[in-house]
Amino acid sequence: MAYISKRNRRKEKERQIAAHNRRELIAAGFKRRDLLKMGLLTSAGLLIPKKGLSAHPITSAGLAFDDPVSPPTTPFAQNMPRLQVLQPVAALTPAPTIAPNTAAGEGRTVSHQAFAQFPPQRFYEISQQQGLVTMAANNELPQQTIWGFNGITPGPMIVERYGVLGSPGNGSILVRQRNNLPSNNGGFGLPSVTTHLHNGHTPLESDGFPCFFFTQGQFYDYHYPNVLAGVNSTHPGTGDIKEAMATLWYHDHRIDHTAENTYKGLAGTYILFNEFDTGDENTGFRLPSFGDGQNPLTSFDIYMVFNDKVFDEQTGLLAFDLFNTDGILGDKFLVNGKIQPVLHVSPRRYRFRWLNTGPSRFYQMFVLGPNNTTKSFWQISTDGNLLEKPVQVTSARFAVAERVDVIVDFTGQAGKTFHLENRLEQDDGRGPTGNVLGAGQGTKILRIVVDGPAVADNSIDPATIPANQAVYFYGFPTTTDTPRITRTFRFERGNGQWQVNGQLVGGCNNIRFAIKRNSVEKWIFQNNSGGWQHPIHMHFEEFQTLTINGNPPASTGLITRGRKDVFRLEHNMEAKVFFRFRDFVGKFPLHCHNVVHEDHAMMVLGVIDDVGDNKTQP
Amino acid sequence: MTDLKRRSLVAALGAAPLAVPLLTHAQTIEANSKFKKISSRERIRQRYFPNLELTSHEGNKLKFYDDLVKDKIVIFNMFYAKCEGICSPITRNLVRLQQVLGERVGKDIFMYSFTLKPKDDNPAALKHYAEMHKAKPGWLFLTGAPDDMELLRRKLGFVDPDPEVDKDVSNHIGVIKYGNEPLERWGGCPGMSPPEWIAETLSWVDWPKDAARNKANGGAL
Repeated sequence: MAYISKRNRRKEKERQIAAHNRRELIAAGFKRRDLLKMGLLTSAGLLIPKKGLSAHPITSAGLAFDDPVSPPTTPFAQNMPRLQVLQPVAALTPAPTIAPNTAAGEGRTVSHQAFAQFPPQRFYEISQQQGLVTMAANNELPQQTIWGFNGITPGPMIVERYGVLGSPGNGSILVRQRNNLPSNNGGFGLPSVTTHLHNGHTPLESDGFPCFFFTQGQFYDYHYPNVLAGVNSTHPGTGDIKEAMATLWYHDHRIDHTAENTYKGLAGTYILFNEFDTGDENTGFRLPSFGDGQNPLTSFDIYMVFNDKVFDEQTGLLAFDLFNTDGILGDKFLVNGKIQPVLHVSPRRYRFRWLNTGPSRFYQMFVLGPNNTTKSFWQISTDGNLLEKPVQVTSARFAVAERVDVIVDFTGQAGKTFHLENRLEQDDGRGPTGNVLGAGQGTKILRIVVDGPAVADNSIDPATIPANQAVYFYGFPTTTDTPRITRTFRFERGNGQWQVNGQLVGGCNNIRFAIKRNSVEKWIFQNNSGGWQHPIHMHFEEFQTLTINGNPPASTGLITRGRKDVFRLEHNMEAKVFFRFRDFVGKFPLHCHNVVHEDHAMMVLGVIDDVGDNKTQP
Repeated sequence: MTDLKRRSLVAALGAAPLAVPLLTHAQTIEANSKFKKISSRERIRQRYFPNLELTSHEGNKLKFYDDLVKDKIVIFNMFYAKCEGICSPITRNLVRLQQVLGERVGKDIFMYSFTLKPKDDNPAALKHYAEMHKAKPGWLFLTGAPDDMELLRRKLGFVDPDPEVDKDVSNHIGVIKYGNEPLERWGGCPGMSPPEWIAETLSWVDWPKDAARNKANGGAL
């Protein structure tokens, strides 16, 4: 099945071209009568089954299966919003408890394991509820009914700080999530949720395990101590600063229904500062200031949430492909909830935090300058974890759930216009074709206009870091410890269903392996299928890649070195990765983060406990 | 938005003459009034549930949407009667699922197995298959015109994006789809999942408790 002949590749290419062409025709604003005049549309409103146009057969009854194509929208006609910052509340009613407060309607079933050690210092409350939002400019699409954290999408940004070294726990917070979703879902969405903090070093009852879902009217208290890994083990009392995280996000993780719920809007952002990555460009690593996150004159650290969506041609409303098991691609590209918006910046350096919330598309993002020039920038993190030092690149590739923090320098560029351009070709849910399009040939997702006022820039210019200085940020933790066990995970497809090591997820009670707390493991990820790519996500701990197809990970270009929580498992790839599991216990999933694959059983459930097991192929 | 490129358009059209000038920008569209107010339930019906005429293993002619899907909780899978591979274990698994679901199958939950080989599987062959597996009432084995069955397969997502893989029918039988039509809740899971687990996944799309009680008492939903 994995073998694809040359002939089939050609046929597949034809099909992809057909899909491209149909999208281009409609994206270009051709109306039905135009297509009819051009002889491309039947009177029944179907694209004629001409080679290169119709990707799907038409039955004798004249019925066709066509993927929906969104109505046209005008790009770059609305501003990109900066994400709202969530404010803490003085107190929660009822007060949080260590044991689940079932009587008061809490859906949690496991007691907090680190509440007494790290009592929450601040409290937040979020209502998961329906909201009405505008995604297109000029009212070109109707208002959209979404499900969002506090009724907005992306949800509000939680901005927090680690406790200072020597005082872990100062950053401890508790977030109460309430399920106020309606029964009427408007066509898709399951009003039963579990909220995953991706990828906090979090006691696992607060991690958002897919089976720890709670229903309408219930709440769930998530305790996020915001402590560094090692705090209760290798680095008692402080944690290992090399395990600091910066750019996280939270999203629904309801087993079997994550794709529709996140697509409907249940995703938000979460960032962590500390005494080095301070949010102030005058101190610590001197990364561009976060300010209040809103004021364009003082806030130069901007989170950008990318996703792609399809809107129903007839109703103009968000459409979700209910029966798709391969992966869902949109033909509209959103940044922070708006289709192809504009960001106005000043001529200085910015930190952008890029996140792809899917559902299935991979991006390779370039900064396109005037006259189809490609502007280089500095990549400073992989999955929100700082690299050893900034690395100059011309693009960054990120699949669903991956994050990339970058510094883009607009100094001296006043008056110019740039675009974030995705040049990675992808025609279906299987993953990108591998083809990277030329400058200006990709999809322009965000327009950046350098027309803001001149403002001071005290942030570090990465170009001034001496080339022979190996570490500017924290450096990476070691990967030389001897693993307790090496495990292999094979991600595959059989009879149209997703499997890991030949097995199905098999239900919430099917806990397939046990990791011993405070141990080191080596894992091997394998993708033997020729046609598919999978962003593999492990909860709770980041890994470092040891080898990819036998070679060391890349520290330049498309960077694969660094601490990550998503491994982009590309065609016919085998990777060896290094994990340290510390401090906390509980259940977790390892899964594909193409959320459509995830919902169709491409997941293994496991547990961290104080015994562990010796299953080498769970 | 992708600008339309003359070259790619010409490629798409082949040698067809152009009857209208090329447009390089999206046309400004009319206000929201251009969109239709159609309920999401109706759009789901239009997109996924063509009202095709199917024939059951009992020889009954049934309309796919009107008779089989509307107002019901349904379970879909694909199979064919002479399948040597994974079909039999999945059918046996669905027999166990029917036992787990009990009396509700045939009342408000319905199981539908669609043949992938309608030319071979006439109603008599389906009846033989159903009896061989001791399928109980409420579980229908269905066939129809080959083009219709092909359309149904595609509409319900039993497809592989690789056309060569898609040709091998064994790639369409590993998954079951399920849902609650009036509640607009749909999902899918592997057909070889433990029956108790499939039943649990079905419970997530079940009627709200009050409605279920009302229905059990013979009332409307």
